[in-house]
Amino acid sequence: MGALGFEWTVALRFLREGRMQTALIIGGATVGVSVIFFITAVLVGVQSDLIQRVTGAQPHIILKPPEETVSPLIAATPEAPRVASVQARPQRLTTIDGWPVLARQTEATPGVIAIAAVASGSALAIKGDATRSIALLGTNLAHYMRVVRLDDKLAQGVLRLEPGDALVGNELARDLGAVLGDRFRVQSADGTNQVFLIRGILDLGTRELNRRYVYVDLRAAQSILGIPGRITNIDVAVGDIMRADLIAARLRAQSGQLIETWIQTNQQVFAAINNQNIMTLLIRVFVTIVVALGIASVLVVSVVQKRKEIGILRAIGATRAQMLRVFLLQGAIVGVAGALLGSGMGLLLVSIFSRILRSASGTPLFSLHFDPGLIGIVVVVSTVLGLIAAVLPARNAAHLDPAQAIRG
Amino acid sequence: MTVMPQAPAAPIVALEQVRKTYNEGLPNAEEVLHGIDLVVQGGEFTALIGPSGSGKSTLLNILGLLERASGGSFRLGGRDVTSLDDDARTRARHTKLGFIFQFHHLLPAFNSIENVMLPALIGGSLGVADKEGKTARARAARLLDAVGLQDAHNKKPQELSGGMQQRVAVARSLVLAPQLVLADEPTGNLDTRSSDSIFALLRQFNREQGTAFLIVTHDPRLAARCDRIIELVDGRIAGDRANRAELAE
Repeated sequence: MGALGFEWTVALRFLREGRMQTALIIGGATVGVSVIFFITAVLVGVQSDLIQRVTGAQPHIILKPPEETVSPLIAATPEAPRVASVQARPQRLTTIDGWPVLARQTEATPGVIAIAAVASGSALAIKGDATRSIALLGTNLAHYMRVVRLDDKLAQGVLRLEPGDALVGNELARDLGAVLGDRFRVQSADGTNQVFLIRGILDLGTRELNRRYVYVDLRAAQSILGIPGRITNIDVAVGDIMRADLIAARLRAQSGQLIETWIQTNQQVFAAINNQNIMTLLIRVFVTIVVALGIASVLVVSVVQKRKEIGILRAIGATRAQMLRVFLLQGAIVGVAGALLGSGMGLLLVSIFSRILRSASGTPLFSLHFDPGLIGIVVVVSTVLGLIAAVLPARNAAHLDPAQAIRG
Repeated sequence: MTVMPQAPAAPIVALEQVRKTYNEGLPNAEEVLHGIDLVVQGGEFTALIGPSGSGKSTLLNILGLLERASGGSFRLGGRDVTSLDDDARTRARHTKLGFIFQFHHLLPAFNSIENVMLPALIGGSLGVADKEGKTARARAARLLDAVGLQDAHNKKPQELSGGMQQRVAVARSLVLAPQLVLADEPTGNLDTRSSDSIFALLRQFNREQGTAFLIVTHDPRLAARCDRIIELVDGRIAGDRANRAELAE
């Protein structure tokens, strides 16, 4: 005794003295923290998994040339509508002007982690009697792989796009009656065509993509689509995909191109994730409030129980500020203890449930990868929470009239 | 026969026309002290007697800076403490005064030596007394030995008899060597033998260290063993006399 100072010594002794009370209050904080820890870890795991699945073969952001629009020569006003109807003009295959500069600029934008230049358009795939309409994507595979992970979508064959190689969706391969190593012809609307060898068959996650997608190298696509040396879009991968909108806004401002994000193309998924986030935030907030109320109520009772002792301490010279700190410290100690125990318990729950909960495909619903920073955040938040919860009881203790308290 | 130490220039306590009203300004306001004039010199061993409800405890609380007087002035050790703020009063209480309460009032979570050290520990974190736990511990140990508790340093209050607990409280009141110890019926809760030995201890510290004591008591036997007897009746000092017999001893 003595080395810790008055406030620490008394706070620790008071907590030790109230065994059951202290155990209950720390137990409550532990359960609360572990619940928060668990939902946060599961949420992050499940969401990144879900997003991974949904975005699948799509880049997070796509830069396209602006659409061609029709502008009336005389602007219409509410008072004088001059044009009865405006007919949208048919969209030709447009390309991005000066794309190498734009590509470098895009790559240097904060938040962007990779880009790939893509020439894409519709074409026909022909093998024997079978003709299918396809989406032809020409790109540099090494660059493209950093934007969209094709390696975990490869069902058969290899990921290789030398001139003359093609990667096709598995449904398309079946429709064409083609297997790995077969050749097929790709032809554009104006008749330009080239024969490709199927190097790999992909499972892109959805039927629509699997029956339409054909990847070839950039030059081949450019020549078939009739846009040599040019590209139709720049595909972008970002670090934090929930902030894709923000980065998209930045790109829109600096490039003047049409920007499409995975969020726009997957409105419903994004809304679902957002709602999930709001719901779990609510749960976390309420659990936090419950824990804080628990700590506060136990400390309020403790102050009442220790009236006499507080009175004595005041009589033998403890100041109000010292008594205030004694009880604030108790709140903080409970917060830290609850955070550490709760993180441990949360970790345990996560590891147990990551084994039990599995998705339809049999893979774990979420992985055990959690951010170690989460424990740090939990400890800091929980300590502050303990302090805040202790404010009212500590003030009660500090403002106790020692003469009355001693009298009994 | 011991020679009383010379009284310092300024008295420890000087009350002038001190009044105390409870529930001031309310319909049930009640004045319990009506203009008390009182001077206590260093080294005095004084009994404060009077019937229940005469205002003894209130007067003691005012002297102990636990309550504020409603009127009049109070100088403690020559310093006017009448209108100090709570912190300054707490510090003055901590450095100049010791307390012994009727129901010993030790902290149950601390053992004997820790209870005795508490005032020093408080001072350590206030930065006014010695910060070194060791000297405080040594002094606490010496005091516990002096009150006859050599074997109870590490016992918790609940393991001690009432008399032993009160001895710990006496040691605690003296650990910072105060000029004045205020005792509110320190033996009121004890049997005759224990109460005699506690009283003898107070007397011993008074003679050896020159610590002044002001002891509220109901027991005329104990009052008769003090140097000075102040009698309070209905919130007024009804008698204040030197106890010749005891002084001559």
